[in-house]
Amino acid sequence: MSEAPTLTETPKKRQTLNINARDYALLGALIAIIGFFQWSTGGKLLLPANVNNLISQNAYVVILAIGMVMVIIAGHIDLSVGSLVAMIGAVAAIAMKTWDQPVWVAILLALALGAAVGAWQGFWVAFVRVPAFIVTLSGMLVFRGLAIVFLTGGTIGGLPNSYVSIGARWVPAWMGKANELDVLTLVIGVVAVVGYVVSQLAAHNKLKSRGLLAESAPVFYTKTALVVAAIMYFSYLLAQHNGTPYVLILLGVLVLAYTFVLNRTVFGRHIYAMGGNRFAAMMSGVKTKWVDFFIFVNIGTLAAVAAIVTTARAGSAVSSAGNFYELDAIASVFIGGAAVQGGVGKVSGAVIGALVMGVLNQGLSIMSVDSAWQQVVKGLVLLAAVAFDVVNRRRSGSA
Amino acid sequence: MKDIVKEFSGVRALDGVSLDVTRGEVHGICGENGAGKSTLMKVLSGVYPHGHFDGEIEFDGKPATFGSINDSEASGIVIIHQELALSPYLSIAENIFLGNERATRGIVDWHETNLQAKTLLDRVGLKDKVTTPVLQLGVGKQQLVEIAKALSKDVKLLILDEPTAALNDEDSAHLLNLIRGLRDEGITSIIISHKLAEIRAISDRITVIRDGHTVDDFTMKDKDNSESRLIKSMVGRPLDNLFPPRTKNIGEEIFRVENWNAYHPVDTGRKVVNDASFFVRAGEIVGFAGLMGAGRTELAMSIFGRQYGTKITGTLYRNGEKIQARTVQEAISNGLAYVTEDRKRYGLNLITSIAANVTGANLNDVSSMGVIDLHKEVEVAEEYRTALNIKTDAVTRFVGTLSGGNQQKVVLAKWLNTTPDVLILDEPTRGVDVGAKYEIYGIINDLAAQGKAIVVISSELPELLGLSDRIYTISEGRITGDVPREEATQEQLMKLMTVGEN
Repeated sequence: MSEAPTLTETPKKRQTLNINARDYALLGALIAIIGFFQWSTGGKLLLPANVNNLISQNAYVVILAIGMVMVIIAGHIDLSVGSLVAMIGAVAAIAMKTWDQPVWVAILLALALGAAVGAWQGFWVAFVRVPAFIVTLSGMLVFRGLAIVFLTGGTIGGLPNSYVSIGARWVPAWMGKANELDVLTLVIGVVAVVGYVVSQLAAHNKLKSRGLLAESAPVFYTKTALVVAAIMYFSYLLAQHNGTPYVLILLGVLVLAYTFVLNRTVFGRHIYAMGGNRFAAMMSGVKTKWVDFFIFVNIGTLAAVAAIVTTARAGSAVSSAGNFYELDAIASVFIGGAAVQGGVGKVSGAVIGALVMGVLNQGLSIMSVDSAWQQVVKGLVLLAAVAFDVVNRRRSGSA
Repeated sequence: MKDIVKEFSGVRALDGVSLDVTRGEVHGICGENGAGKSTLMKVLSGVYPHGHFDGEIEFDGKPATFGSINDSEASGIVIIHQELALSPYLSIAENIFLGNERATRGIVDWHETNLQAKTLLDRVGLKDKVTTPVLQLGVGKQQLVEIAKALSKDVKLLILDEPTAALNDEDSAHLLNLIRGLRDEGITSIIISHKLAEIRAISDRITVIRDGHTVDDFTMKDKDNSESRLIKSMVGRPLDNLFPPRTKNIGEEIFRVENWNAYHPVDTGRKVVNDASFFVRAGEIVGFAGLMGAGRTELAMSIFGRQYGTKITGTLYRNGEKIQARTVQEAISNGLAYVTEDRKRYGLNLITSIAANVTGANLNDVSSMGVIDLHKEVEVAEEYRTALNIKTDAVTRFVGTLSGGNQQKVVLAKWLNTTPDVLILDEPTRGVDVGAKYEIYGIINDLAAQGKAIVVISSELPELLGLSDRIYTISEGRITGDVPREEATQEQLMKLMTVGEN
């Protein structure tokens, strides 16, 4: 044998196809759910005012799901974010009402507290190696308890106007109105569309020019056209109401920033590497402990953002705020295709998962379904989504 | 057992093995790592059910068609694996009757359980209380519990896979005596072992397996029952021309390890690496030969960022200067690279792209201020794809979709991308087919030609003889030999690899 025998191997195409198929299935499911509620509520779901509410009422799910998806990719879980929202909201309210601090100080204080609490939990998970399930279960009890202690069981209301606007007001219509439509909102919609199309086209062409796995042209253009139509319709609806909620801008920035962090930064790559194979990551020089630590600092900070949005929308801090928020966030992440074993997950998936949860909340509320039954429905949807995923993965042999 | 053939995705692990064990004897099975011993035992004990292999098994004069381990146990065949399978938090008695509880209508009779367990423990000579949790026992005693468990099932044929591998001399002696005692009670045993002296001492008859064939079979009553006959049979295969030609260009010493010691991370009293010293020159390929559990991987991993072991002591030199490698990052920045064995567990993230794996150990190279340049990443991966001939249609493919040989090339690419001076390759061709092996040997030769120092750890002696300029042998954590390629023979290496403490 003097020369290397040639090997004929054709790597399987199936896996990549399946991953794309999963993304489309998720979007399809969201559209189907929207369609169902649009029909069952007699068109009320997509009334401009309801769409506006859908965003501001479910902003916390999106914010927490973004932090949670990173935690779950790394192979952990965080059960404490709901309680954390209550506690940090309480502290922010106390800062403004009891200590008479300006709004910006309260906001900075809340964010710093979120980061500090995250560092506390991250310390136990990363360095003492207490399982995150236990650390954050403890946090769930501790922070809820502290929220009640801080508020002495009551409520702090009457939060300043500028604070409340973060969660409950709209960007002023300084571009005026045309045919009762807020021009600024339409402009934002157009900018989003242009940004989306340009970036998608650039990525698609680059992939193609390198001969890498690009979607076929019809699929790509159909998908792009659908997204463009969705964004435009969405901004048209908002423009009919009061325009663009501040919180939507916040969500947009967070989604873009964290998509970038997970896809493009060394930190994001280390999270995936750790979740996919912790030992291989360690052997490659990833500082796994520090990555774990900062993942928790991050979700703590995002919980503070969620706390600000929640108290601002309510105009008050209550100790029962944020109940079950952790479960909404975890459910969104798993509906969005993350794997329980870690290593898999996307910000976009988590956001779509959060939208599914949001539409369920909103649709069922409009149908005036009892909140007990709402829980039953959400629970079953979560089970169905993950079961679908597990079966799908097993079939493709990648589980 | 007659003409057993077992294939794993096209690779013949067993190719017509026959084994003939007489009632009431202790039968030794010898062979190199990967010769097919364990596979054969798994066929015999029903781990691979009837129909998943070719050939015939006859037990007690009747053809046996075991569909599962339960079937073989029902006929009296019990296998005790190298990794013991006891539940650590359950008591000795509970473990003995696990799956075979002394119960009526689902209610366990603890009195009966403990009483019978006590009788069994007496038979195997274990004095601990039957209520002791298994995790409080040493490996030697756990081995005895396994045997007691086998006895509880009315065993007729007991198969022991490397029973003394993790035992000290005293425990080994006790175990071997016990097996002799069981033989006198009429229980037949099959023992697989790497320790040649031991296997000759205990066996009535020995079968040697090599490359999935039975190559020798003799009783201790035969005239020639020497250790050298055993060794010759184990390694006797001629060296095929499996290795690409190479032009040697050996330079100065690059890397030296002196007086390296490491202890077991959990059992901290056990010294796993014992005063090891070695060196590698630029352009030199140095082999490390040792049997499984000899401490080869532990040596490498304790050097590379102290990823294994505790109480590590010793000195590392690079180009004559003392260096530290206390963390993986430090090791990498000092020009070390360690290509792990068991790539799926330790080497790769299978659920991400080839490109992400290739750059995984040196992300700084393709990023600035923490932001990865994804296009540069793809370019780097493409370079390695061409250079190492990784067979895929795109580097954005998941690594999990590649064949074993190509996965191994991805791990190699990942470590070459850290631009090391010293490459430690741990079992670089395990689970890789012949063609890809040849390619990987070619890559190793090229790297040596570029002046890199290469350490190859391998269980396959022919591989080491084909690749290396020099071969270190390691046995029980100690370096027992430093043999130039010209003087090395498989027999001599095998002898050095099996040197005991005494």
